[in-house]
Amino acid sequence: MQQPKTLFKKIWDKHIVVEENGAPAVLYIDLHLIHEITSPQAFAGLHERGLPVRRPDKTIATMDHSTPTTNLSLPIHDSQAKAQLEKLKQNCEAFGIELYEMGSPRNGIVHVIAPESGMIQPGKTVVCGDSHTSTHGALGALAFGIGTSEVEHVLGTQCLLQYKPKTYQVQINGTLEAGISAKDIILALIAKIGTGGGTGHVFEYTGTAINNLSIEERLTICNMSIEAGARAGMIAPDDTTIEYLSGKEFSPKEETWDRAVAYWKELPSDEGAEYDSQVSLEVSDLAPMITYGTNPGMGMKITDLIPDPALASTLEERKASEKALVYMDLRPGQKIINLPIDVAFLGSCANGRISDLRQAAAVMDGRKVADSVKMLVVPGSQEVKRQAESEGLDKVFKEAGADWREPGCSMCIAMNGDHLEPGQYAISTSNRNFEGRQGKGGRTFLASPLTVAASAVSGNITDARTIIN
Amino acid sequence: MPSFKKLTSKIIPLPLDNIDTDQIIPARFLKAIDKESVVEGLFADWRYQSDGKPIPEFVLNQPAYQGANILLTGDNFGCGSSREHAPWALVGWGIHAIISTSFADIFNNNALKNGLLPILVDTKTHQSLFDLAEENPDAMLKINLEDQTVTLPNKNSFEFPIDAFAKKCLLNGMDQFGYIMSFESQIRDFESTQIEAGSII
Ligand code: SF4
Repeated sequence: MQQPKTLFKKIWDKHIVVEENGAPAVLYIDLHLIHEITSPQAFAGLHERGLPVRRPDKTIATMDHSTPTTNLSLPIHDSQAKAQLEKLKQNCEAFGIELYEMGSPRNGIVHVIAPESGMIQPGKTVVCGDSHTSTHGALGALAFGIGTSEVEHVLGTQCLLQYKPKTYQVQINGTLEAGISAKDIILALIAKIGTGGGTGHVFEYTGTAINNLSIEERLTICNMSIEAGARAGMIAPDDTTIEYLSGKEFSPKEETWDRAVAYWKELPSDEGAEYDSQVSLEVSDLAPMITYGTNPGMGMKITDLIPDPALASTLEERKASEKALVYMDLRPGQKIINLPIDVAFLGSCANGRISDLRQAAAVMDGRKVADSVKMLVVPGSQEVKRQAESEGLDKVFKEAGADWREPGCSMCIAMNGDHLEPGQYAISTSNRNFEGRQGKGGRTFLASPLTVAASAVSGNITDARTIIN
Repeated sequence: MPSFKKLTSKIIPLPLDNIDTDQIIPARFLKAIDKESVVEGLFADWRYQSDGKPIPEFVLNQPAYQGANILLTGDNFGCGSSREHAPWALVGWGIHAIISTSFADIFNNNALKNGLLPILVDTKTHQSLFDLAEENPDAMLKINLEDQTVTLPNKNSFEFPIDAFAKKCLLNGMDQFGYIMSFESQIRDFESTQIEAGSII
């Protein structure tokens, strides 16, 4: 009998082109996603070698990181950003790659547009020069971020050199209470195992709580696998996955669809398959989660008090926590609820999808953003924007006094002109709270769309459960 | 890729855990379309005040460490984004080896592709190196990649792990692209048997 295999192993084995002793495997890549930031030097390298892109048909490019979110018909002020976007366009034209240009109907954040169009399917290998490529594992693909040298490798050869990562089963069980979302689950996991907890591993999320999540919620979970150190996070395809993919633009059609579904059904990990590591998290008693420090592992229940760095287990960890609290201007033992905020950001590849906007809009309907708060709502893609507008969500946000923007990464990475001022506090649905991530000197609290919406209307950090009941 | 064989240098101590790529190079420096100019952004928010003046206390600004090539730092170095700008900036400044108890995966891969050697040590060695750097800031470490050893001024040495393939690439300055290209016919076979035949859907 065959050895029981994990979901990861099934996909990995199928994509090995060659594996020599003492060298990493040559892994075949089914889909390569490209954006403006991590590709120019790779194209330049390929050009120097005098080589074409091997499979432009398996390569898709978008513009997302440095695109403006205000009026797209105006010229871009930032000359460097403009030059970089133009470079991407030239490269795509020269190498024959389809580009979803800024403002075009299929444009958006790379990790939002790929799943919503059906490009990401179970069993595929997907890479992008972007660490949040882990997002796509939510559909049962093996997807991970790569560096620019590797982008060049994939452009030129459609292959990557990879050592087989270890596997890590992350079991998430329980039933979520009202007001608790996928973002809270993943923040709780990262707080539990730390930002390096998954290093060297691919996560497979299993358990009753995961089974009950929608694909959009699963995308939020897998998105932040990298914040726990895991390059990839995967969830086995099930009926929810098949239903999600049915009828999407790039999904297989007719007879191929039936074959695809049959294949997808073989992918879930076999009974008795072994993982290198395991952790479990019970989420029935979960509260909304929020980060208080400068890495995503510095998270806690919104109802808790800010922990004391003196309790850290190592000296370096203590120093890092102390530095974080100084940066955030917070004190150990302080309550986080009711701290005033300056900016509320709803968007990013973690929480910029339609279900995120719906949740936030439900809280904000009939309420006003506090006078002291500036709120930005940035849909993850043009598709999300169109859908939200057809449901009237844009009106809810605008009537509440929030800014309704064009899609892009925006204040998640603050490269496009949307940024915090030094010292400002933001509550944000994005995935990184590193020093200066949302603007030099800016301070970030990561939380769910519900928490961000509730805090925006209160003007300070608020447990959404106290206002939605 | 530049090759790496031996390196003798002072230690630059930066004792913080979880130093992320947004610190190593803040996002606003990612708009470059070349590799050379990114060095300006290295640790920019720790190196410079908002008016652009250097912050004298930051270790890379201290005169004693100019020209040093070995960074000693905390756990999980390089976590965060996949930006290869991080190793480009470090190498651009002159860092050619980094010692830590762990490195984030993507950073580790990116470093090795740019002639930057990540040296993994246990917590005891890690602590003793910080002690050494504090007691004697002029202490020189000798790294020998062929032997996989680091030698201290007192002639004691320790070994470090590195996978054989990465070692070979570093020693010879060998580019991985060429290695993959050498399997061109296998890649073609793979495409015709696996993909066109519909076994991968
Ligand atoms: S939204 Fe943020 S995390 Fe996602 S791809 Fe853009 S910059 Fe990266």
